[in-house]
Amino acid sequence: MPEISRDEVAHLANLARIDLSDAELDHLAPQLSVILESVASISGVASADIPPTSHALPLTNVFRDDVVVPGLTAEQALSGAPAREQQRFSVPRILGEEA
Amino acid sequence: MTATTGDALLSFEEALEKFDPALGLEVHVELNTNSKMFCGCATEFGAEPNTQVCPTCLGLPGAMPVVNGKAVESAIRIGLALNCKIAEWCRFARKNYFYPDMPKNFQTSQYDEPICFDGYTEVEVEGETFRIEIERAHMEEDTGKSLHVGGATGRIHGADYSLVDYNRAGIPLIEIVTKPILGTGDKAPLVAKAYVGQLRELLLGLGVSDVRMEQGSLRCDVNLSLAPKGSDKLGTRTETKNVNSLRSVERAVRYEMQRHAAILDAGGSILQETRHWHEDTGITTSGREKSDAEDYRYFPEPDLVPVAASREWVEELRATLPEPPKERRARLQADWGFSDLEMRDTVGAGALGLVEETIAAGAAPQTARKWWLSELARRANDTGVDIAELGVTPVDVAAVQALVDSGKINDKLARQVFEGLYAGEGTPEEIVAARGLEIVSDDGALGTAVDNAIAANPDVADKIRDGKVAAAGALIGAVMKEMRGQADAGRVRELILEKLT
Amino acid sequence: MTDWTRKTAGELADALAAGEVTSVELTQAHLDRIAAVDGAVHAFLHVDAEGALAQAAESDARRAAGTPASPLDGVPIAVKDVLTTEGLPTTCGSKILEGWVPPYDATVVARLRAAGLPILGKTNMDEFAMGSSTEHSAYGPTHNPWDLDRIPGGSGGGSAAAVAAFEAPLAIGTDTGGSIRQPGAVTGTVGVKPTYGGVSRYGLVALANSLDQAGPVTRTVLDSALLHEVIGGHDPKDSTSIEQPLPALVEAARQGATGDLAGIRIGVITELAGDGWQPGVMARFQESVDLLVDAGAEVVEVSCPSFVHALATYYLILPAEASSNLAKFDAMRYGLRVVPDGDPSAEDVMRATRDAGFGDEVKRRIILGTYALSSGYYDAYYGQAQKVRTLISRDFEAAFEQADVLVSPTAPTTAFKLGEKVDDPIAMYLNDLATIPANLSGVPGISVPSGLADEDDLPAGFQILAPALADDRLYRVGAALETLLTKRWGGALLDQAPTLEGGAR
Repeated sequence: MPEISRDEVAHLANLARIDLSDAELDHLAPQLSVILESVASISGVASADIPPTSHALPLTNVFRDDVVVPGLTAEQALSGAPAREQQRFSVPRILGEEA
Repeated sequence: MTATTGDALLSFEEALEKFDPALGLEVHVELNTNSKMFCGCATEFGAEPNTQVCPTCLGLPGAMPVVNGKAVESAIRIGLALNCKIAEWCRFARKNYFYPDMPKNFQTSQYDEPICFDGYTEVEVEGETFRIEIERAHMEEDTGKSLHVGGATGRIHGADYSLVDYNRAGIPLIEIVTKPILGTGDKAPLVAKAYVGQLRELLLGLGVSDVRMEQGSLRCDVNLSLAPKGSDKLGTRTETKNVNSLRSVERAVRYEMQRHAAILDAGGSILQETRHWHEDTGITTSGREKSDAEDYRYFPEPDLVPVAASREWVEELRATLPEPPKERRARLQADWGFSDLEMRDTVGAGALGLVEETIAAGAAPQTARKWWLSELARRANDTGVDIAELGVTPVDVAAVQALVDSGKINDKLARQVFEGLYAGEGTPEEIVAARGLEIVSDDGALGTAVDNAIAANPDVADKIRDGKVAAAGALIGAVMKEMRGQADAGRVRELILEKLT
Repeated sequence: MTDWTRKTAGELADALAAGEVTSVELTQAHLDRIAAVDGAVHAFLHVDAEGALAQAAESDARRAAGTPASPLDGVPIAVKDVLTTEGLPTTCGSKILEGWVPPYDATVVARLRAAGLPILGKTNMDEFAMGSSTEHSAYGPTHNPWDLDRIPGGSGGGSAAAVAAFEAPLAIGTDTGGSIRQPGAVTGTVGVKPTYGGVSRYGLVALANSLDQAGPVTRTVLDSALLHEVIGGHDPKDSTSIEQPLPALVEAARQGATGDLAGIRIGVITELAGDGWQPGVMARFQESVDLLVDAGAEVVEVSCPSFVHALATYYLILPAEASSNLAKFDAMRYGLRVVPDGDPSAEDVMRATRDAGFGDEVKRRIILGTYALSSGYYDAYYGQAQKVRTLISRDFEAAFEQADVLVSPTAPTTAFKLGEKVDDPIAMYLNDLATIPANLSGVPGISVPSGLADEDDLPAGFQILAPALADDRLYRVGAALETLLTKRWGGALLDQAPTLEGGAR
């Protein structure tokens, strides 16, 4: 199963919004297969009754009071923007709608 | 893409003869917390762009979220009001997809562990009760807002570029999802509207949201599918986005039923896709096809720890809930002495809370009902605006009625006051003063007008002198006309009779 | 004349307190050292001479007024370029963030400033902390001060090399799978990964959120303890931050330095030895264990059978979290924007920018993580990895019932040659074999120099792991080992490092 095809890498790159060139695909696909093969060793290691760990330490209910605290000024917020206009982030035309 | 020409439709009646509708409603509610879901930024509507942002809600590298406890509390209270179970332990999850108005390119949401699940609420439509099963209500965050520049319409399609304001990004949202609602038949559009309307009242009662649909603090997506009459299988559904008024909910369901029916009736099949609702033309257009490419790669948010709502906390919050809708309706009907029909019309117009507040502001129940269901409901219908969002508040309505009760204006003049309210001219008192609407009962001014009327209509005056008192109506009409309806009609009559008999 | 750059941070603090030197003098001495050797070492991506000297002057003023902000007030420090610094560039070693100046400070940085430590600059690292050699930095590799043709470890090779080359007495690193400890091992320095949640992650540009932890990079165990006490403790801006006081770390280090370990049980992890472990590294490890026994410790062998799966688990969890974390680098709000020809959409610009802005290793891991989270594979990969994580934590729990601390060599080998493994990901990943389990389970770990391997005369590291929240044990045992080894060597290990010459920046 761990074999990962060039097409599959292209599909994943698309999901991850990385415009991989053909040369990159040729280079990455076999490497990913090797990595995947080595990590696939964990399948079946843990039985169904083992609970997953998503957090290293078992904290719960960490909440903030509903109080406004000062954030950034618009100038600070926009300071790194590649382009801006009307105190907003200027981005190229957006295709399609939101999910 | 044009949004003026719709698809082929089957008539609503024919659609119902052949198909059974299944509804599903997804409602996004913006909570009215002071600060955002995961950071301390303010949530004021309409602030200058990018002034309510910080590293966290801007998704700057390194920034981290911290959950707003009040938002969790509101989520639980909403869940309880919808008779949901409250998760003893649940996590936030990342929903991964790229979109420029989403700063991190993932939305912090909940996936298979919603905080509220398995609830229900009952809505009444034309005397019939429908039970709406709630699948889940979960916590998430809102996105930023884009302004599309260039192109003809200001819409996303055809724009040259977009300008993004992240003030809204990170505002707490609760997404409330129903299970498929079956067996509504021809009432499907009304059930959908009644559900959203009831949800709105419930949220207002809880005080957790401003629920202003025109500002987007309550947004509705309508799922609809049709199955052949009598079939127990669900058909392919479409998801109509951004149906953002009660009236549109009803219209969108009706439209999609008719559109689906036309396609199925012609032997076609429904494409599983999102549809855009166009408020202006009342149609939907094709959006994005739901495909395999849509893979949100959910996983538990590692920067946040689980929420474990203790049963003690849940019970504490349950004690803060307002009265359930059904009990509330029964109590109000008894208090106000409304007939079943009057009550049904009030609820159907989405005016229950408005009438209640108007009464609380001093109006008598029947007059409060009269204004909301006649003048204001008509206006809402004519303009396609929700009745709650006409710019007229219950306090305004009560003030108008007080002016009528005091004799300063009459019902006819009151309508002009409402015109002033729609136009945002101030309070009812200010409008009466500014527009000069107050009824004249001063004998001097009235006497002059009566003299003018007598002089202009000598034959009528003669008839009255001859004892035909009924003819006075014509002179009263003439006086009222001269005084633009602002004369005290009773006093005018007395003056005419005094002068001519 | 005193060469202040050769002193430990503890000694510098004492000298400042005694009025023997000013912070401006210390800071200038380190800036001069950077100017002299960093051209060869390339530990720094950005040096802030002006800012550091201004902070030093303020420190001297506080000192003169008798109100120093902390014991380390005035001792300069270098910060890994993965922590945000207001007004100072933060690139994470990536082209995609070239020139980005954050509008806010990481909590660790804010605490350094509040404690009065002048910030010399930002240190080099593998791009977004992905790597074990610093060769994946978009700005060129850092060189190991012991042998400039060799790697300084990674991802925090810049911080370790800066400290090893006496360019800074202290540095901050971050450790996701060993990025503080493994560079410490191969550069002959001390590195500590605190308990997960012990040091705020706010402002640490996340690689894998559930594994990342910032910590001290120093030349002595005591210096690490001093620094750990400055940066550690609860932070309400980090939801995973532990809400309780730190244990007494400096005190533990001072106690350990007496060389007495009577009553301490030390567990040697059997799984972290054998094939693939360099003999010279193992020899130094065994020697160190023997010294600890001489100091009164009791040694037991402990087995952690699930550790053999740690590497695979790590290389599923990390890419999954990283693929999501790095999605924000999309050319919309900050950083690089590459606009392809024609009439590109936002999506086109995102794709082009992410292709141009990310290096190979980052792309590999993003794609691997995207795969591991994809519907259809989630349960088999990410879900399974989370379960194995539980097994690894259970191994730790069982092992800590038998021993107060666990020990192993920090890395399987000494520093390898630059270029040797750069395009062989699996070989590169094996460097973190011994360090990864601590990250998966959240427990703290330290790497202390154990000597030079016989084969190549390059430094090896001795790793000590303690139960969560018991970071003090690292310092007690680490300081004891350091005292005993230093006595044997007749001075600090770094005194044996070659002199760096002709490396002007």
